Amino acid sequence: MIDRLDIVAELGSRFGHETFQVQPTRDEIPTLWVSRDKLREVVGYLKTDAPGPYKMLYDLTAIDERTRTHRPDQPASDFTVVHHLLSFDRNQDLRLKVALSETDLRLPSITDIWESASWCEREVYDMFGIKFEGHPHLYRLLMPRTWKGHPLRKEHPARATEMGPFQLPDEKQDAEQEALHFRPEEWGMKRESETSEFMFLNLGPQHPGTHGVLRIILQLDGEEIVDCVPEIGFHHRGAEKMGERQSWHGFIPYTDRIDYLGGVMNNLPYCLAVEKLAGIQVPERVETIRVMMCELFRIASHLVWYGTFAQDVGIMSPVFFMFNDRERIFDIVRAVCGGRMHPSWFRIGGVAQDLPNGWDKLILDFVNYLPARLVEWEKMVMQNRLFKARTQGIGAYTLEQAIDWGVTGPGLRACGCDWDFRKKRPYSGYQRFEFDIPTATRGDCYDRGLVRAAEMEQSLRIVRQCVENMPTGSYKADHPLTTPPLKEKTMRDIETLITHFLGVSWGPVIPPGEAFVGIEATKGNNGYYLVSDGSTMSYRTRIRTPSFRHMQMLPMMSRGATVADMLAIIGSIDFVLADIDR
Amino acid sequence: MNETLGTLLIIAFVILGVLHVAPGLIWLERRLLALWQDRYGPNRVGPFGLFQVLADAIKMFFKEDWIPPFADKATFILAPCIINVTALTAFAVIPFAPGWSVVDMSVGLLFFLAMSSLGVYSVTLAGWASNNKYSLLGGLRASAQMLGYEVFMGLSLMGVVLMSGTFNLAKIVEAQQNTIWYCVPQFLGMMLFLIAGIAETHRLPFDLPEAEAELIAGFHSEYSSMKFGMFFIGEYIGITLISCLMTVLYFGGWDGPTFGISEGLALKLVQFGWFAAKTFVFLCLFILLRASFCRPRYDQLIAFGWKIMLPLSLANLLITGAALLALE
Repeated sequence: MIDRLDIVAELGSRFGHETFQVQPTRDEIPTLWVSRDKLREVVGYLKTDAPGPYKMLYDLTAIDERTRTHRPDQPASDFTVVHHLLSFDRNQDLRLKVALSETDLRLPSITDIWESASWCEREVYDMFGIKFEGHPHLYRLLMPRTWKGHPLRKEHPARATEMGPFQLPDEKQDAEQEALHFRPEEWGMKRESETSEFMFLNLGPQHPGTHGVLRIILQLDGEEIVDCVPEIGFHHRGAEKMGERQSWHGFIPYTDRIDYLGGVMNNLPYCLAVEKLAGIQVPERVETIRVMMCELFRIASHLVWYGTFAQDVGIMSPVFFMFNDRERIFDIVRAVCGGRMHPSWFRIGGVAQDLPNGWDKLILDFVNYLPARLVEWEKMVMQNRLFKARTQGIGAYTLEQAIDWGVTGPGLRACGCDWDFRKKRPYSGYQRFEFDIPTATRGDCYDRGLVRAAEMEQSLRIVRQCVENMPTGSYKADHPLTTPPLKEKTMRDIETLITHFLGVSWGPVIPPGEAFVGIEATKGNNGYYLVSDGSTMSYRTRIRTPSFRHMQMLPMMSRGATVADMLAIIGSIDFVLADIDR
Repeated sequence: MNETLGTLLIIAFVILGVLHVAPGLIWLERRLLALWQDRYGPNRVGPFGLFQVLADAIKMFFKEDWIPPFADKATFILAPCIINVTALTAFAVIPFAPGWSVVDMSVGLLFFLAMSSLGVYSVTLAGWASNNKYSLLGGLRASAQMLGYEVFMGLSLMGVVLMSGTFNLAKIVEAQQNTIWYCVPQFLGMMLFLIAGIAETHRLPFDLPEAEAELIAGFHSEYSSMKFGMFFIGEYIGITLISCLMTVLYFGGWDGPTFGISEGLALKLVQFGWFAAKTFVFLCLFILLRASFCRPRYDQLIAFGWKIMLPLSLANLLITGAALLALE
C-alpha cells in the first residue's frame, strides 16, 4: 500500500505546493483545500493520470460554514464543497475541499469527468444553492421544483412550526402539478424518431414495482426503453438537516430509518464516526455484539430483497417464505433489542443493553435452521430456468462502469471486484472473523442475485463465530462521552451522575473535528461524514448512501431493455427509497 | 315438451353451477396458495373462511362503479361483458355426463375454439377503451399472445380429432371409453393444449396482459366494482372451461368405475361425479402453477409460442396422422 501522505506530496510536486492547503482531520483522510480554478485539473489528474488513480467519486457534498466557530488551519469559506474520492489501488480516500464565498456561489461542474457527479451536484445545488457551471441538467433533485430556499443552509428553518401553517389552495395545487409535468426537452429527449412516436410512461410514484415512492419516466418505443429519467425526492425527510438539530445521541433513531431494512446496521457507521470524533475505544464485546446484530440484519435485508426480486420477475411464492424466515430474525432482534425493524439499539460507545439470558440458543437455533432453507430458495429461485431467462444478461454493467458510477456492495462484487470494507478496512473487529467475499463476473441482474444469495451464507458463518467466541466484558466503553454511561455507577459516584445527567438531558458534547466512517452496509457502502463544532449537536451530518448512486445509473442499465426488464433491473439493484432520498 | 324442459334444466344447471364454481374457486385458490406459501389465507369469515367470498362479493357490489372520463364509454362497458358471455357460451358444448349437455353439437370443438378466440376481444378492447398507457400495453400484449397461442391451440387439438374422427365432444368421450384415454397416445398434444389453455386464460406464467409488478393489472387497471368483478369471474370461468376440456378431451370425460350401478339417474350422477373430480384436479393444477412459476418476458413468451410450440403441434399432428394411417 502506498503511504497516506504520499498523495499530498505527489500533488504538491505536480501542481505546486501553494495550490493546496492541508487540513488535519480526525479520520486521517488526507484533506486538501484547492482553489476553484484548479479543481477540474486536479480531479482529472487524480482520476486518470495519478499512479494508483482515484477512480471512484465516492461522495460530493457541501458544508455551510458561516456559523462555524472552530475552523483552525482552514481557509476562509462561507460554503465549502467537498469532493470525496476513493482509490481502490491505494485503498485510500482523498478529500478535496473548495472554498466559496457567499456572494459568488459558483463552481465548475465535474459531470464530464464523472457522470455520477450529476445527482450529487444537483443535490448540492438544491440544498445549498451552489451553482455548478457546465452541468447539463442543474435542476432541484430532492425538493420540489417550486420550493423556496435551500434547506441545508443554516438560515433555512428545520421545523414545520417555524414555517407557518401549510396551505394548498387550488392555484397552488395547479402550480405544483404543473411543476411535476414531464418535459422531454429538458432532458434532451426527442418526442419522436424518424419511424415512430415515442410513448412517455410514468412508472410511479405509485407503482407496485418501484418498492416505494419513486418515479421513473420511461421513453418507450413500443415496449423497448429508449431512455429513462428517474425522479427521486418523494421520500425525502431531511435526515441530514435533522442531524443538525438533534443531539448526537438523539440522532441515532433517525439513522435506523435511512436504510429501513438494515436496522441497527445504520447505527453502526454513525456511532463509529461519533466515536472517532470523541476518541472512544469500545470493548471487544461491544464490537462482537455489533457485528452479530449487523450480520443478522444483513440476512434480514437480503431476504427481503430475495423475495421481492423474485416477485418482480413474476414468481409469486418466495416472498412469503422469505418473509417468514425474516420474521425469525425479528424474533431474535426483539429478544435482544426490544424492537423489530428500527431497534435504534447501538449507543455512542456501546450498545443499549447487555445480551439477554438465553440469547445464544436463540441465535444458534436460527443459524442451524437457515442453511437448509437457503438451499431450498436457491433451487426455487436462482436455479429456476425461467428466472435465469429473465435475469441473465439483463441490466449488465462492466467493472469500469460500476466504479465510474460509484457502485459499491454486491453490485460491485457482481462485476468481479472483491472490494468489501469488512475485509479491506476492517472496522468493529471484522478482522477477527473468518469469512469469504463472494463475487461473480458478469455484472448482470442474475449475478447481483448470486452474490447476495452467497453473502447470506457468509453472514451466517460470521454470526456463528460471534456466538461461539463472544468475549466477556462490558457492553459499554469506559469513557466520559459514552452516552448514556453505565447506570450502575451513577448511584455511587457523583462525577458519573453528573455526566449521566448531562448526557441524557443535554446530550454529550463532542470535541470539534471532522470524521468520516463508511461501512459495508446491506446495500453497499453507507457512510457518515460528521462535522462537530464542539456542541451538543452535529454541525453538519452528511449521509453517504449506496442506493442513491445505484439509482442514478438506472438509465445506463436499462437503455434498450423492455418494460419487463426494467422491473428485473429495479429488483436486482436492491434499493430502499429512504436510502436514496434520506 | 319434456325434452325442452330437460334442456332448460341443464342450461339453468350450467349457468348456476359455473357461476358458483367461479367464486368458490376464488376461495379455493386463496386457501391453496396460502397452504403452499406457509400461511393461512382467508380463514375468519364462516367455516374455513368460506363466507369470505360472500364478503368479497358484497364489497365489490357496493364499490363505486367508476368510468374514467377519458375512457371510451360504450366499449369500456362492453369489454367485461364479452369475456363472460363467450366463456359461458362455450360451456354449452361440454358434456358433463352422457346426454347431459346444453347442445349436442357436431362441431362442438370448433365452437369452443371460436368462442375462446372471441374472448380475447374483451381484453384487447378493455385495454384500448381505458385510454391508459398501461392498459394499452396490456391489451397489446394480449392480442399478440392470442395470435401466437390460438394457432397452436387449435392444431394441438387436431390429434384428438384425428383419433376420434369427430368434432363432437360427447363422441370424443365415447371414443375414449371404447379405446384408451387420449392422455396416453396424445400426451404431447395434451401438454400443448394445457399450455395454450393457461395462455388463453391469462394465468401466471402467461399473465403478461395484467402483469401486476409491471403493468399494474394492465388491461383492467381502470376497472372498478362489478366491471372488475366480471373480469375476475371471467378468468375463473375460463379456467373451469379449460379444465373441463382437459377432462373431456384427454381424460375420458365421465368415464370411470361405476361401482356396479348400471342405469338410471344414479349412473349419471356417478359419471358426473367422475367428470367433476377430474376437473377439480386440473383446477388445482392451475392454482399450483400459479404458485410456482416465473413470468417470462413478453418477447420470450411470443418466441416460445411461435418457435417451439407451433412446430411441436404440427409435428404432433403429422405423427398422429402417420401412425393412424400405418395402423389402418
